[in-house]
Amino acid sequence: MTVFIIRRLLQAIVVVFLMSLIVFFGVNVIGDPVDMLINPEADQAEIERTIRALGLDKPIHEQYLFFLKGVASGDFGKSFIFGEPALKLILHHMPATIELALVSLVMAIVLGIPLGLYAGLFPDQRISRAIMAGSILGFSLPTFWVGLMMIMLFAVYLGWLPSTGRGDMAEFLGIRSSLWTRDGLSHLFMPALNLALTNISLVIRLTRAGVREAMHQDYIKFARAKGLTTRRVVGVHLMKNILIPIVTVLGLEFGNLLAFSVVTETIFAWPGMGKLLIDSLLQLDRPVVVAYLMIIVLFFVIINLVVDILYSVLDPRVRLRDQGT
Amino acid sequence: MSAGDIETTAVEARVETPFQRFWSEFRESTIALIALIVLALIVLLAVLAPWITPQDPYDLAQVDVLDGKLPPGSEAFTGYTMWLGSDGAGRDLYSAILYGLRISLMVGMASGVLALIIGTAIGLVAAYAGGRTETLIMRAVDIQLSFPAVLIALMLVAILGRGIDKIIIALVAAQWAYYARTVRGTALVESAKEYIEAARCLGLSHTRVVFRHVLPNCMAPLIVIGTVQTASAIALESTLSFLGVGLRQTEPSLGVLISNGFEYMMSGRYWISFFPGLALLVTIVSINLVGDQLRDVLNPRLKR
Repeated sequence: MTVFIIRRLLQAIVVVFLMSLIVFFGVNVIGDPVDMLINPEADQAEIERTIRALGLDKPIHEQYLFFLKGVASGDFGKSFIFGEPALKLILHHMPATIELALVSLVMAIVLGIPLGLYAGLFPDQRISRAIMAGSILGFSLPTFWVGLMMIMLFAVYLGWLPSTGRGDMAEFLGIRSSLWTRDGLSHLFMPALNLALTNISLVIRLTRAGVREAMHQDYIKFARAKGLTTRRVVGVHLMKNILIPIVTVLGLEFGNLLAFSVVTETIFAWPGMGKLLIDSLLQLDRPVVVAYLMIIVLFFVIINLVVDILYSVLDPRVRLRDQGT
Repeated sequence: MSAGDIETTAVEARVETPFQRFWSEFRESTIALIALIVLALIVLLAVLAPWITPQDPYDLAQVDVLDGKLPPGSEAFTGYTMWLGSDGAGRDLYSAILYGLRISLMVGMASGVLALIIGTAIGLVAAYAGGRTETLIMRAVDIQLSFPAVLIALMLVAILGRGIDKIIIALVAAQWAYYARTVRGTALVESAKEYIEAARCLGLSHTRVVFRHVLPNCMAPLIVIGTVQTASAIALESTLSFLGVGLRQTEPSLGVLISNGFEYMMSGRYWISFFPGLALLVTIVSINLVGDQLRDVLNPRLKR
């Protein structure tokens, strides 16, 4: 077990290291670092000063070490636009993104499981077919277009929900969030639903497949034979068994939610780090872009590491297979 | 080849070529057949765009700003009817969508084919070489697949910048790993079979065994992955373009058109984003439906 964790940990460190190499070479070798890292509005004297400060007059391997040192100490340089350290800017925008991702995760569970359960228990009904067809659409529709259509319908034509921003926030239990106010919730609803669509479809399919498989298992037959009510068979015996894969997949999907929030945040002008990335890309604010990329890579590596370790705890075969190779 | 003579071959002679068998199984799903027809129509419309549109939307001499933001069905200044309305610059949307489809399909197919070739080559090398090379390649594939494609594409776009060539590079980089993993898996299974052993015993060269014997038998899953990945490449490109980090205004794919219409949406001018989006949607959904049926037909485990 310890060997497995150490191996995975080493692997994670290698990935972060490789990614830093890719980002570094992308910015400094493929692109022109003077062009990318120095404010285009700077004058000649300032350009030369910054070149020296960034160590761009040094050979390439020394530059890379310099970059690594900056990354390790959390120093990605200052944003050209805001004049603040890039890392601070991103951490400042992170809570909004995490709030959005968490709410859409909850939506995926709350909407996906009952719909999938229905489709699995009554597979031949017309409503079930409609649910399954809808879940195919949820997979193939481009998120951004669905978001646009939601704005058109709910914000422009019906005028029910606001289409941009985060709304009023309040503090509760030490967490500042839009969840605690009516206005905040109305702002949160559309972007969260938009972000959740793919996962709702995913949960519907997983739940349905799980139900269809479990219904023929002996433990369900036995529970029925004992004379338990359908409600109890489905709610306790069935749910307990099909929840495991759903929870695992959703845990893995959390990273994807963070990545896809880039799209949703841009459409709904949600002030999270995804929107910050796109704004920075468009305004050529490179320090922020580099910082975002490194942080999101770190995020993914950590999520994958945690999932891998959890898997190996739950399923020893994974661990053994890994040691075999 | 008409449907009629396939049936006669199938029923009377009972000698089917693999393609005929494939086709008669593919036809069984009406939805997939409709999707295939729709897809063929879309490709045809995109190819024929210059000859069947009333206007070249990117020829400044034919576009009049006075025609801007007209609702669907309006009469243009120059006489023809704009059935889908016009955009902010006065371009006929029907024409703009067909021209946009050309670009979207081209980018999707180019990156799909390139990713297929590169991914297949890498996957075959991994399967055939084995040992350290294989471990190294498959670790790289695993690592890449642990990041979502949209993130990898964004990362590359951030480094490379905008434009058709760069987007294609970004899409290929985001997708090659899917092909590599599939090919390697299938190639390993195939390599263990007797006919490959026989081919090797005959003293055939490695290249011949790989390309003439292993590769043809890996084609079925590749075709399936290829269709699905092409659809997702088209979706990914339009997403990047919508975000403003994909194609430029001078390379107006459907994503660019949708993005242009976004600013008019708040004032109720829905059609500028809606119709290009609908075209995108129909394209992606029909490719996916065809891909679904391909998977059912080509999957040997489901063979009756």
